[in-house]
Amino acid sequence: MKLKGWKELEMGAVIPEAGNAEQYNTGSWRAFRPQWIEENCIQCLFCWIYCPDSSVTVKDGKRGEFDYGHCKGCGVCAHECPGKKGNKAIVMVEEGN
Amino acid sequence: MGKKLAITGNQAVAEAMKQINPDVCAAYPITPSTEIMQRFASFVSDGVVDTELVTVESEHSAMSACIGASAAGGRVMTATSSQGLALMWEMLHIASGMRLPIAMALVNRALSAPLNIHGDHSDGMGSRDCGWIQLYSENAQEAYDNIFQAVRIAEHEDIRLPAMVCMDGFIISHSIESMEFLPDDVVKDFIGEFKPTNPLLDVDKPVTYGPLVLPDYYIEFKKAQHEAIKRAKRVTLEVAKEFEKISGRSYGLFESYRLEDAEIAIVVLNSAAGTAKDVVDAFRDKGIKVGLLKPRLFRPFPYEEVADALGGAKVIGVFDRADSFGGFGPMYMEIASAMVASGSSPLMINRIYGLGGRDFMPEDAEAVIKELVEIADTGKAGTLKEYIGVRE
Ligand code: SF4
Ligand code: SF4
Repeated sequence: MKLKGWKELEMGAVIPEAGNAEQYNTGSWRAFRPQWIEENCIQCLFCWIYCPDSSVTVKDGKRGEFDYGHCKGCGVCAHECPGKKGNKAIVMVEEGN
Repeated sequence: MGKKLAITGNQAVAEAMKQINPDVCAAYPITPSTEIMQRFASFVSDGVVDTELVTVESEHSAMSACIGASAAGGRVMTATSSQGLALMWEMLHIASGMRLPIAMALVNRALSAPLNIHGDHSDGMGSRDCGWIQLYSENAQEAYDNIFQAVRIAEHEDIRLPAMVCMDGFIISHSIESMEFLPDDVVKDFIGEFKPTNPLLDVDKPVTYGPLVLPDYYIEFKKAQHEAIKRAKRVTLEVAKEFEKISGRSYGLFESYRLEDAEIAIVVLNSAAGTAKDVVDAFRDKGIKVGLLKPRLFRPFPYEEVADALGGAKVIGVFDRADSFGGFGPMYMEIASAMVASGSSPLMINRIYGLGGRDFMPEDAEAVIKELVEIADTGKAGTLKEYIGVRE
């Protein structure tokens, strides 16, 4: 990507375009990756509510896959996940494994 | 022609703020600037202005609230002094980096310790690197006039930077002098409507202020800021020309007093310049070619123009009412930079005076000018930097 010169920048470092953080993939920082174990999932959507990066996708009221382009691997979802009968529906796995 | 009244510097600034009628003021009281916001608070409670007055718990919060209100799209003003400005320090950089045209009255006061409430320039000079435009004022009239011009310069579309107007604590802020006011409608026309850029309250066009900018872009933003404040020199002159039309009072980047043919020059800021001008006259009467330069726009500093004005002088005495401990006084550094860049090499001395509000007397100016005369004769400048008016 060609970087902009000083004359081309928005004054005062304002970001004039709403929601463009989506274009910035923060997933590459991740050391641990959350993994969804669907059979333990009770569809409570706690993970969706708690995720600070909106990286749990939901469609038609049902939990979908993680958005790994933006999930930074904080593990909040795995911590909050009640799972089924004591079996977590989200586990953190070290990247590269 | 506006009405003439005897009034203190603080009252003059409060009056100017009333005529500007800003959208938001956030302030915390501190001597000697307290009276400005105290009077302005009465204007708010009496309904003479429409301003939202935010009474905060510290100056850090005051400047933070000013930044929020300015980013939201309002015309914003505040006032402070000394420790108050020091507590704002972090936020001063944020205001300028975000390019928010906040206007502030700074009533110059010494910094602690030891605790002192009187006038010197340690606060203003200490904030010279914060990216704010700085205008200095000799008296109440200049402070009043500078406030309007500061708003116009700060809000100019080529600038968009915060600006502070400085005047000496107590010596000007609390002394009554006669000055002329502008009629309200004239001020209103001169100030005009504030047109915000990227206002946060424009919900149809949402924007983000204050993102993280890493090494790949930070320096580009700072270069843009540097170019913007440089343009303030041109805009200050344009605004001054317009201001002269409505007031009959002319302003420049600095004031030259009997400098044209001067072989000896002194540089004096703010109220002490008034005293020094009388002493210059006395030396002129004796046939000694001495002149005075009183800086007005300190940030951005008009190096070329100052060097031009001082170009004919063989010796220059620079007075500083602030010290950069272990270095020369801040004004001396600027004047020396200006002279070096212009290629001229006058003999220059730096005299620190009036710290903590110690009176600057005609005899002080006289002694330094006498010293300069001797330096001109001998071609030798003894001690380059020295305190004057100090007991042994
Ligand atoms: S690990 Fe953190 S960022 Fe990733 S999905 Fe879970 S809560 Fe969201
Ligand atoms: S928190 Fe766990 S159980 Fe609840 S929806 Fe998310 S993955 Fe499923």
